[in-house]
Amino acid sequence: MAAVPAVLRSEWTKIRTVSSTVWTLACALIVTVAMGAALSAVLKSTFNDLGEVERATFDPTFVSFSGMVLGQLAMVVFGVLVVGTEYSSGMIRTSLAAVPQRATFLFSKVAVAGALALGVGLVTSFLSFFLGQALLGEHRTTIGADNVLRAVVGGGLYMGLIAIFSMGVAAMLRSSMLSLGILVPFFFLISQILSAVPKAKEVARYFPDQAGAKIMQVVPDAMGSDKAPYGPWGGLGIMLVWVVASLLGGYLVLKRRDA
Amino acid sequence: MIEAVGLTKRYGAKTAVYNLSFQVRPGVVTGFLGPNGSGKSTTMRMILGLDRPTAGRVTIGGHPFRQLPNAPRQVGALLDAKAVHGGRSARNHLLSLAQLAGIPARRVDEVLGVVGLQDVAKRRSKGFSLGMGQRLGIAAALLGDPQVLLFDEPVNGLDPEGILWVRNLMKKLAAEGRTVFVSSHLMSEMALTADHLIVIGRGQLLSDMPVKQFISANSADFARVRTPETEPGLREKLSGVLTEAGGQVLSEPDGALRVTGLPLPRISDLAHGADVRLWELSPHQASLEEAYMRLTQGAVDYRSTDDKLAHLQAPPQPGQPGYGMPGHGMPQPPVAPDAPGQGGWYAPPPPGQNPPGPNPYGQAPAGPNPYAAPQPPAAPSDTTEDAR
Repeated sequence: MAAVPAVLRSEWTKIRTVSSTVWTLACALIVTVAMGAALSAVLKSTFNDLGEVERATFDPTFVSFSGMVLGQLAMVVFGVLVVGTEYSSGMIRTSLAAVPQRATFLFSKVAVAGALALGVGLVTSFLSFFLGQALLGEHRTTIGADNVLRAVVGGGLYMGLIAIFSMGVAAMLRSSMLSLGILVPFFFLISQILSAVPKAKEVARYFPDQAGAKIMQVVPDAMGSDKAPYGPWGGLGIMLVWVVASLLGGYLVLKRRDA
Repeated sequence: MIEAVGLTKRYGAKTAVYNLSFQVRPGVVTGFLGPNGSGKSTTMRMILGLDRPTAGRVTIGGHPFRQLPNAPRQVGALLDAKAVHGGRSARNHLLSLAQLAGIPARRVDEVLGVVGLQDVAKRRSKGFSLGMGQRLGIAAALLGDPQVLLFDEPVNGLDPEGILWVRNLMKKLAAEGRTVFVSSHLMSEMALTADHLIVIGRGQLLSDMPVKQFISANSADFARVRTPETEPGLREKLSGVLTEAGGQVLSEPDGALRVTGLPLPRISDLAHGADVRLWELSPHQASLEEAYMRLTQGAVDYRSTDDKLAHLQAPPQPGQPGYGMPGHGMPQPPVAPDAPGQGGWYAPPPPGQNPPGPNPYGQAPAGPNPYAAPQPPAAPSDTTEDAR
């Protein structure tokens, strides 16, 4: 058996020695923080133009995380590339010839890449929060307020889980292009559009991103968003189910199919 | 020691490998030969546990690959030279593989030196030539100092110096008592490298024997006979006489005759009796390449046809002799059947042994000569290889 620590070390070497890692993760951080800061600044100046409901449920924490909508796409790309390049380069055959145990190989890879994504996600969410609050002026909240810390840590968890979910999907589809072609439109368009359509949003609220994003809200149903039949942790739980399902699917594909 | 028993792999309706059983022993270089698409790579992948056999099994040292303890220290493999993340440097690629098996980083620099890549170790493998990629793949195989080594087409893309190096490396590894299994479609290369040959065609075992035995079992010696070019009539006369005496005669492109089935003194006597002078009468032994071609000619999946350029050629222009004339450059149907394409070019098999199916290499020209049929006197009903 290839020892798990050895496989973890090897996967870490693989991740840190390709430039796409730095690019995608830096992109996720910068885009999320910058867009969150920009929207916080805009909302500060247009606060009085907001509707009644929005003002009543104004959630400064959630506002500072507005950049996640775009930043999560970089996380998706990171997750897909970590797994997908094994297939596109043919490296998977070399890897599996060295680690014949499929479970050890896949879950070590996911553990290393997931931990890295989680770390970057946490840094991103704390930066977004503090920068966003600084720009919100008199509408800001503090990290010590009720549930705020949970939301900020949750933002980091959300980004990490999005990346891990993408890794599972890429392992199932065994192709970077195919995975990106499905995941990016899904998160950026389909999920966003469906969540605005009556009826469809009943389903869309169980999508991984919609459910998981609840953890970042401090005020329930923040900013006039729809009432969800689950709480913040319930939402994250739904997202976790998606992540586990995608990893399980990826593992079964890796185990059953010829490399 | 690699052992395959009844190994079979189907991809949907296509059978890539069928009922393959063989052993690869330590201490010798075992060549794995077959035409393109004959199942060599599929077999290699099954040995490495990458593809699951539909039936049968293959073990290394008694264990299926997926259950090997610390596989990289026991088995090294070069499967595909380009199976490397192009953005990663050669050294980092090897380092990630070394860490899997707890191999120290020093060993990485060591194998980089062995394959001669130390100067480009820090460069991204994206810019590597095919030859450099092969060297990197060989370095990865050598990394764990394994007792069993598999190389799939290791000399692809290498320059002559690199080919020589690989050849000597294989021999050295085998001499150290390791099991070395090398696939190739280049028979000439295997003739120089391998001690033992496993030949497959269309996924089935065609031959499993030492190289020397392979040549003698599969080759037919022949005699080359040349009659004076100044008297073309003599050539037909002699080929008639030789055929009547039980020999088989094929015409070589330069006008010589290739005779099998008759010993040299008998050819000389027959020529003398027929009053034909000879310019050449020489014994020839079929090379390993020829033996291989004959063995696999019924099992070739991808066969080229003549490029006749029918649609590209200008219509015949009267008054423009030579260029564009139909049949330009081709001799008129010879009296003795021309050795058509590659296939007939090689010596026909000894009577009754290993008859090829219906001649796959195009139609042998139905020469007007009734006494020199190119087909061996074997039963043409033996179509097992083609019928599948």
